Parts: sequence; structure tokens; C-alpha cells
Amino acid sequence: MSSAEHSRRDFLYIATGAVGAVGAAAALVPLVAQMNPDASTIAAGAPVDIDLAPIADGQIVKVFWRSKPIYIFHRAKHDIELAQNVDWQTLPDPAPDSERVKPGHEQWLVVIGICTHLGCIPIAHEGSYDGWFCPCHGSQYDSAGRIRQGPAPKNLYLPPYKFVSDTKIQIG
Amino acid sequence: MHGQSTYQPQNKVLQWFEKRLPIGGLVHSSFVAYPTPRNLNYWWTFGGILSFMLGVQIVTGIVLAMHYTPHVDMAFNSVEAIMRDVNYGWLLRYLHANGAAMFFFAVYVHMFRGIYYGSYKEPREVLWILGVIIYLLMMATGFMGYVLVWGQMSFWAATVITNLFSAIPGVGETIVTWLWGGYAVGNPTLNRFYSLHYLLPFVIAGVVVLHVWALHVAGQNNPTGIEPKSDKDTVPFTPYATVKDAFFIGCFCILFAWFVFYIPNYLGHPDNYIPANPAVTPAEIVPEWYYLPFYAILRSIPNKLLGVIALFSSILILAFLPWLDTSKVRSARYRPLFKQFFWLWVIAAVGLGYLGSKPPEGVYVILSRIFTVYYFAFFLVVLPLLGIFEKTKPLPNSISESVLAKAKA
Repeated sequence: MSSAEHSRRDFLYIATGAVGAVGAAAALVPLVAQMNPDASTIAAGAPVDIDLAPIADGQIVKVFWRSKPIYIFHRAKHDIELAQNVDWQTLPDPAPDSERVKPGHEQWLVVIGICTHLGCIPIAHEGSYDGWFCPCHGSQYDSAGRIRQGPAPKNLYLPPYKFVSDTKIQIG
Repeated sequence: MHGQSTYQPQNKVLQWFEKRLPIGGLVHSSFVAYPTPRNLNYWWTFGGILSFMLGVQIVTGIVLAMHYTPHVDMAFNSVEAIMRDVNYGWLLRYLHANGAAMFFFAVYVHMFRGIYYGSYKEPREVLWILGVIIYLLMMATGFMGYVLVWGQMSFWAATVITNLFSAIPGVGETIVTWLWGGYAVGNPTLNRFYSLHYLLPFVIAGVVVLHVWALHVAGQNNPTGIEPKSDKDTVPFTPYATVKDAFFIGCFCILFAWFVFYIPNYLGHPDNYIPANPAVTPAEIVPEWYYLPFYAILRSIPNKLLGVIALFSSILILAFLPWLDTSKVRSARYRPLFKQFFWLWVIAAVGLGYLGSKPPEGVYVILSRIFTVYYFAFFLVVLPLLGIFEKTKPLPNSISESVLAKAKA
């Protein structure tokens, strides 16, 4: 066999292999993609409006958005003072109270109620810091949702939200 | 073919592994060096196509199972959610449903090839019977899969097929109640069909392993029906058969893709897009096309029990084929009478399939009965007698001789 025929066979093998590899990769796409959230799950995760009017001074309520618990804390003057009057730079996850709330709406704290340690839901109005206590491993959060004590590494996360009016927020 | 392997890995790691688990040698001797008759035609690619389709059905089935709910109140809607909400759900569903049809199409071609070329004859009897077992498992799996959709056809097909067992005298009703898990087809039935539908394909895979093993003991049949006599009659499986199979799988996939992307509901019944209603039976109940010949046989016998016996016999009779056919010559190429009776039998089988889709009245019933008689007569009368009376054509001396003679002609 001449070398030209050798290389023609080589070319055919390589070309077939390349097309086959592309085909295999393409076949893999739907098999992997089908495990991602489907259209109904994504639709159910659309932003949700919460009416703040029924929430009393000092009350903490729990709502759900994208299957995550969200704590909404209507902070009384006392709660706000406790949160602001602390040297925030010495905290395990330093953050000033002003970064935890929206400007002009300091009485509203909106946090994701999932302990940043291993995912339990901390209990509201518990613990020594006027905030939350996580029963799983003893993490304690203050009235700004910041970690003060215990194994959790980070403050309670803030969900994306905005004030639609003074008495209504949209989470998501 | 067993014993000394020609596989000697160069890599030290592979050598280490090969000493402990000689899977490399097994794959090499079974699918690389394996001596394959050099005259195999494209009818021999359907075994590879079937293996490929089993893989497609298992993979698409497992991912569909991630989204399906096997409860009577939610099954139909979960299938619709797959079609509408799940990413590429429509594609996975159509691949699985049309894949089943393609799987059966390939198995019928594979079986017809076996009958035409005498691949069921000595020493391949067990190979053939394993094939019949695989076919029966496929029919059970396909039936249960269709029920899972829980449309009108699903529900009523389940009712009709499970009721077949009530024909058994004495214990029939008890068996049917046991199958149903209740007093009618209902949630217990759907749930257990889901479990079994997930299980059986893996049982099929296991029997396929035995099937390929049995094949490798005897070696492939070939279009002449005479065994390879020397190395000149065979070629190594890789690259010759591997590439030929891969090519034809590609062609097969074109046909498959045609259905999936252009006419995905052509082979289905529109009534299965109506949620199951246990109070209303559709005007016509028809199984999927691959069961139609047997449906026609069942309906052509006016007695309930005898109809059921005819139905099951029409499949089980295949298992006896190696002993019903008395001819010493394998391939239809050299059996001119057998060839004609065979093609008549194919016409009868396909004709029965067509008739199965028609309402059981008038000329359709008459034709079904004629074709049913011929279907059984082919196995019970024609084949035993042909072996005794047929004058066969002279066989070539060897495979390579027949290949070279063809090339010269």
C-alpha cells in the first residue's frame, strides 16, 4: 500500500473519531442538563412580595422563597441599639449594622434563616445576643443576624430584596 | 477461541491488572481478535444495533425515572411535566418511546435474519432460545412501560392484557387479582409495573451476556451457513465488524432521529394523551404496532381460552424451531423451497400486524384466520416436511470460495 493510501485511511479514522467525539459530547448535553431545575421549579422561584404591615414591633416572622426560610425581623429601638452599639470590627465575621439593612429602613432586618455552619434553621428570639440560637451546634447570632459565638463562620446571609413601598418588600 | 489469549499489554500497570482480573484479555479475545466470518452482510449488524438500543433505552429510562411519579393521581401529569418543564424532557421522552419502537423493529429484523439463514440450527440452539427469552422479556418490559404513561390506552391495555390470565381455568381469577393487587387495575398495579419496568432491562442485559457468550462458543453463522474452515474464512472482529456495525448503527440512528424529531407521535395512539378513565373504554383498543401480529392471532380464535393459548403459543413455538426444522442445510440461499415459504411467512406475519390494527369484523377476521393458520403451519407442517423432501442447492466448499466466486461473477 502506498503512503498516500495509508494517510487516507488515517484521515478517515481521525475524521470519524472526531465526529464521533463531538456526537458523544452532544449526546451528553441533554442527559446532564435534565438534572438542572426545570421550568416549573424556576417559575416557582420567582420574586415574592411580602406585606410588612401585620408584623408587630419586635416580632420575627418566617417566610419561604426558593425553598429557603427567610426571617423578617421588625426591630424595636432596643434591638437596633444593641446591634449598632458594638465594636463590629472585633466580630468573627465583621460587618457594621448599616451593611445589614437598607438605608432609611433600619427597623427591618431580612436574613436567610439557614445557619452558616451546617444548614440548620436557627431559632428566633433565643440566645444571649438578642437574635438567634442554632440548636444543632450552638451558634448564636445577634439582632443584625451576625455570628457572635459558636462554630458558624459567617453571618446569616442576606437575600436579594428591595422595598416596593414602606410596608412592602419584594424578595428575589 | 478460549484458553490462550493473544492479548499482551505493553503498559506495566495494565500487565499488573491483567494478572489479577484478565478483563483486557476477555475484551480483546471477544471483540478485537475474535474471528468473524468474512462474508457477513448487513443483516448481521442488528445484534450490535440491539445492544446499542438497549443502552439507549436504559440511559433515557433512568433519567426519565428522575422525573416520573408512579401514582395514579400524578403519573400522567408527571409525564406532561417532563414534556413541558424538564430541560430536554421532550427529547428524552420521545427518544425513549420511539426507541422502544426501534428496538422492536431491530429485534424483528434480527429474528428474521436468524430464521432465513438457519442461525437457530445445531450447535446454536441455546443461543436461539436465549434470544426467545430476551424477546419475551422485551415484550413484558415494553408493555409495562406503556402502562406507566397512564393514558386511556395505557389503562385499558393493562386491563386487557392482565385479564388474559383469567382464561386459565380454576386459578385464573386469583392470578389476575394477584397481578392487580386489587379488584381492578389501579395504583398498586401501576406501582409494581414501575418497579418491574426498571428491573427487567437489567435482566435483559444479563441474558444478553449469556446470548453473546453462547454465540462466541459456536461462532457466528454466516450467509452460506457453512462453518469457517480456515483462517482465510475469517477476519478479526476489530476493525472489520466493529466499523461495519458502527456505520450501520449510524444509518439506523438516522431512521431513529427521523421519528424522534419529525414524527414523534406517529407510532403512538392519540387516545393515550387522554388521562386514564376507569369508567370509559375507548372505542378501539389497539396495542403498539410491535404487538399487533399476536393481537390479530388472539382475536382470530373465537374461544377465549384457545385464543390465549394461540397467542402464547405463537411466541413459544419459536423456541422449538431448532427441532421443528429437520433440514441439514442451514441457509435459505441454498434452500429454494424454504426461501419461498419463508417469505410467505413474513407476509403472513406482517399481514397479521396490519390486520391487528383493524376492527375485528368482516374480511379482516377471515384474513386473520388464514394468516394465523399459515403462521402455525409454517412451523408445524412446512419446516418438518421440507427437511425430508426439499432438494437443496449444492453448498460451496468454503466461505472464502463463495466470496471469491461472487467476486468473479
